Amino acid sequence: MNHPLPPETSNEPLAPGQRLPESERKEFSPEALAEIQAIMAKFPDKLAATLPALHIAQREFGFVSLSAMKAVAKAIGIPEGHVFGVATFYTMYQKAPVGKFHLQVCTNISCALRGAAQLLEKVCEKTGVKPGQGPSADGMWSVEEVECLAGCGSGPCVQVNHDVYDEFVDEKKLLDVMEACKRGDYRPWAK
Amino acid sequence: MAAIRTKPDPQIYTFPGFGTDKFPNLMLRGAGDLDNWHLKVYEQKHEGYVAMKAALKLEPVAVVEEMKASGIRGRGGAGFPAGLKWSFMPKDTPERKFTRYLVCNGDEGEPGTFKDRAILEYNPHQLIEGMIIGGWAMQCKLGFVYIRGEFLWLIEKLEAAIQQARDAGYLGKNILGTGWDYDILVYRGAGAYICGEETALLNSLEGRRGEPRVKPPFPAAKGAFGQPTTVNNVETLAAVPPIMRMGGAEYAKLGTPKNTGTRIFGVSGHVKRPGLFELPLGTPMDFVVNELAGGSSTGKKIKAIIPGGASAPMFDEKDFDCPLDFDTVKARGSMAGSGGLICMDEDTCMVQATLRLIKFYAHESCGQCTPCREGCNWMEMVLYRIEHGQGRMEDLDLLATLTPRIGLRTLCPLGDAACGPMDSALQKFRHEFEHHITHKTCYAQGSRLLSAVGAH
Repeated sequence: MNHPLPPETSNEPLAPGQRLPESERKEFSPEALAEIQAIMAKFPDKLAATLPALHIAQREFGFVSLSAMKAVAKAIGIPEGHVFGVATFYTMYQKAPVGKFHLQVCTNISCALRGAAQLLEKVCEKTGVKPGQGPSADGMWSVEEVECLAGCGSGPCVQVNHDVYDEFVDEKKLLDVMEACKRGDYRPWAK
Repeated sequence: MAAIRTKPDPQIYTFPGFGTDKFPNLMLRGAGDLDNWHLKVYEQKHEGYVAMKAALKLEPVAVVEEMKASGIRGRGGAGFPAGLKWSFMPKDTPERKFTRYLVCNGDEGEPGTFKDRAILEYNPHQLIEGMIIGGWAMQCKLGFVYIRGEFLWLIEKLEAAIQQARDAGYLGKNILGTGWDYDILVYRGAGAYICGEETALLNSLEGRRGEPRVKPPFPAAKGAFGQPTTVNNVETLAAVPPIMRMGGAEYAKLGTPKNTGTRIFGVSGHVKRPGLFELPLGTPMDFVVNELAGGSSTGKKIKAIIPGGASAPMFDEKDFDCPLDFDTVKARGSMAGSGGLICMDEDTCMVQATLRLIKFYAHESCGQCTPCREGCNWMEMVLYRIEHGQGRMEDLDLLATLTPRIGLRTLCPLGDAACGPMDSALQKFRHEFEHHITHKTCYAQGSRLLSAVGAH
């Protein structure tokens, strides 16, 4: 898989035993910590809390940075390397900052047959960002090309933050969606 | 708790005659009714939890026998008889007590497949009921529902529905006075297609990277958290309550003798009415595409259909009459897979379509087995070269020699899945590849399938 490595906070990778500077460390809020504890208690093995905890980390911190991974490892009490391995395997954990509205366009075959490629280009044109480039200058938008969102019958579809918008999205509907984002009709990406 | 989304799903679910004896609605019962996730509505309108109450009065073995009698085959893709799978679970002996788990596979990632979301959207209680019956039949301690991470709104809905079932006493301790404790936990995936493979799913459920395991041991011996586990698709488990209600023998009368029951076919691509159609197995493909889905939406003839989700080899015109059941589709050189029909019209460039599919597999390969990790990337690069007018005639032979080196040489079927579209496209639409190489342009004149900006 061609996953990008998570961004290092400095250009130098951490040496064994070296710690992140105080300012770059992340701490879970007590509520988030309690949520993770509850998940650990529910499952037969605490390791199972890794994926949910990373989802919580993404919700809390906006994206899964190296320091967020460390916080997850600390909260569950598992090796940091394991969390790194898991976080970099799954594509839904953003390893770099995303915009306030993260637009994910499905370009897989079913959507592509109905014009997903053109839709993705339109999204890039309207937002001024390209897939994988990080958020736009005003921090509003980021774009990602994703695989099937299971909206094949009504594609092409766009996922805005956590909501799939899949009603045959064309240019007009795309503009409506972007207007709705500006009005705040979508649930935020993160806290 | 977050509010439950009330936006109607844009998919089409019904067609004239749906719900009659000829086309019974077993799994999409109540589709379109957004209140159906309430326990009360499900119980009042759709005979909810009747089957569960009846099943809990039976011996667990009798429930498994009923499933075997129904002849239902797994709806996830492999088509393995579900009753047989249930009977593989080890039984308690005086010397050894087992902790057994039931896992529901809701990681719907196969391009062209969008059936599970309809069940989760409109019929979550039927899935819960199916999981309770399954849990009883195998005497499980816990049930897990693994749902792909993108379905956040469906996860919220299912969790709310599970809470209703807990409040009604259908889940928890000593269910309906049987002395049996059982609960269902929902687990959210994080965007990996490979987690649809059962052992990868189990790894993911344990909080690891979703890499398929070596089989044996099979999940029935050593599955989730090292305990005996059965993994069933959402659609298979949602079919359990109707089976118990009508009886296995009655259910077996639907469909064809070796491919019983109904399944949900998702039609997408160049058709007028793309949507989900629940039909008895063995329904001819041209009936589904032309009658129910309304035929081509572009006015051009349909050139190719993928009969079972992106992994299935394509069919060209001469196989459009194929009855959609597991055995016939397999005999004709494809696979019924997950029941997603992707239709492509004459203007579709098959080189682009194949490249788009192979790109998907190259991206989603977990990287564990070399043939798949390297081979899919190789195929992508060779196809990319052909698509961009730099192909050579030898490339076609190269592609043909690559696929046998990937297929059946990997731990899980992802490698084989990538070979399906590649082989069939090369075999059935070779002239398009050759045209691409000699003329450096597409044979078909349709709109582009690949964007100029995309990069994974």
